[in-house]
Amino acid sequence: MFKSLHKSQAAALTLMVLALLVLWYLGALWLNSDLLINGYERRNIDWSFSQLLADAYSMKRPLLPTPDQIAAELYKSIFDTKISSKRSLVYHTGITLSSTLLGFLMGAVLGIVLAIGIVHNRTLERSLMPWVITSQTIPILAIAPMIIVVLGALNFTGLVPKAIISMYLSFFPVTIGMVKGLRAPDKLHMELLATYSAKPGEFFWKLRWPTALPYLFASLKIAIAASLVGAIVAELPTGAQGGLGARLLSGSYYGQTVQIWAALVVAAVLGAVLVALVGMMERKINRRMGIAA
Amino acid sequence: MDMTVNTQPASSPERAKEEARKIIAIEDLSLVFETNDGPVNALSHIDLDIHAGDFVSFIGPSGCGKTTLLRVIADLERQTEGSIQVDGTSPEDARLNRLYGYVFQAPGLFPWRTIAGNCKVPLEIFGMSKEQQQRHVDKYLELVGLGDFHKKFPWQLSGGMQQRASIARALSFEPELLLMDEPFGALDEITRDHLNLELLKIWRETRKTVVFVTHSIPEAVLLSTHIVVMSPRPGRIAKIIKSPLPRERTLEDRESPEFIALAQEVREALANDHRIN
Repeated sequence: MFKSLHKSQAAALTLMVLALLVLWYLGALWLNSDLLINGYERRNIDWSFSQLLADAYSMKRPLLPTPDQIAAELYKSIFDTKISSKRSLVYHTGITLSSTLLGFLMGAVLGIVLAIGIVHNRTLERSLMPWVITSQTIPILAIAPMIIVVLGALNFTGLVPKAIISMYLSFFPVTIGMVKGLRAPDKLHMELLATYSAKPGEFFWKLRWPTALPYLFASLKIAIAASLVGAIVAELPTGAQGGLGARLLSGSYYGQTVQIWAALVVAAVLGAVLVALVGMMERKINRRMGIAA
Repeated sequence: MDMTVNTQPASSPERAKEEARKIIAIEDLSLVFETNDGPVNALSHIDLDIHAGDFVSFIGPSGCGKTTLLRVIADLERQTEGSIQVDGTSPEDARLNRLYGYVFQAPGLFPWRTIAGNCKVPLEIFGMSKEQQQRHVDKYLELVGLGDFHKKFPWQLSGGMQQRASIARALSFEPELLLMDEPFGALDEITRDHLNLELLKIWRETRKTVVFVTHSIPEAVLLSTHIVVMSPRPGRIAKIIKSPLPRERTLEDRESPEFIALAQEVREALANDHRIN
């Protein structure tokens, strides 16, 4: 029965993908045809629908590139280009990935430290929490160039400023999740440790931390996706030389829509892979903690 | 399995001295909770002595303060008036001296630790060596009949087995005093009977002092050397009944005339008090 369920799920998925592809090709035709028809009329060319169809799917700078164009661009810039080349998407992905991961690590550590402070100290909660929330109401696009410029003046360039913007976005879900998680222990468990005269450190490591772990992983999944967004955003306004953000930016400068879409696809896949990696870590730890998967 | 842990069965003259020793001395103790609806007299003018080796049950309807009294002994609550000494010191010092093991109504096992891992929690906190931890855990899991379940996680065990594991955890650091708050209240009667007998066996073998909260008359009568009947609003002691039953007891003893008479006495003490209210 499960097998057939599996089969029907796979069938539904395939159907979805097919429907999306059909819509995409229709959309590409619709969006690109205006540009083409204008061109035909300007040059007084008699055009037929079949010609329009062929042209709409093979433009150099289409308004909306087709999936096969994006796939070809991906293949070219991933497999047909040396990794060290600035045209290699692997090269740019590596740059974005490194600041994503560094920012994610810093954000996770900062988020956990803030949460520990907030949970253990009422004054810290009152004084920190409003700032933590305010920090997220500021549009990151507005603040990113300033952070980069200020840090540049302090001789921080390259990876670190971008990682800091990733951190800025990723610490927040970790703090919120961990505050809740560290406060999640049962009263009974707290009293049990009290009967052993446990010290605050023992309360933390034996009870609060393990209780908070499921909350931590839920937060980390959001945080790592936010980190990737932060890294890409950090590359946008600063004229960065490398990274997926730089790739998006140069693509839009030169109207290279296929390049933009290829970078977008890589960013999306990268995000999915990163979240899946965190999920794998979570399952591994769950198994060790005896939680049935 | 290494079963060479010394249980130190005290020799009989020492034993006699032990039994005379007051392990809990409560004098004119009251506890008032300040709530939003005004003060609540949880405990009012409690006088109670518990001697080493006793099995004392607190019985009474809900709201009579039996759990609160147990929590005062455990230093989980503080009295507002009167005095309490546990093993000649304050409850706080007794707690710091690891005098008692507390068994809650729910097993309260950490779901992320195995049964053995759960029993090790207090031992780790008390800084016991790894080998010693293992020996203690082996011994007490064996004692509660969970010798084959070291590596199981709590959710893989039945409710009764979980509660046994929590008793093993409380025994694992060999406290002199065992405080039990309706430990079998959530279990079915068959499991409960079984665990009652096991508890009696453990009590006889380990020579512990047990303070046991219950609202079951047969359970109190079956287990106790002393039954403290409590009544609510304000929570106070209505009667302290010394059991005439021998220490060795079986479930069949519940049919004996002494048992039935004792149960009747407890029932009357509870009922009398209700009439006053």
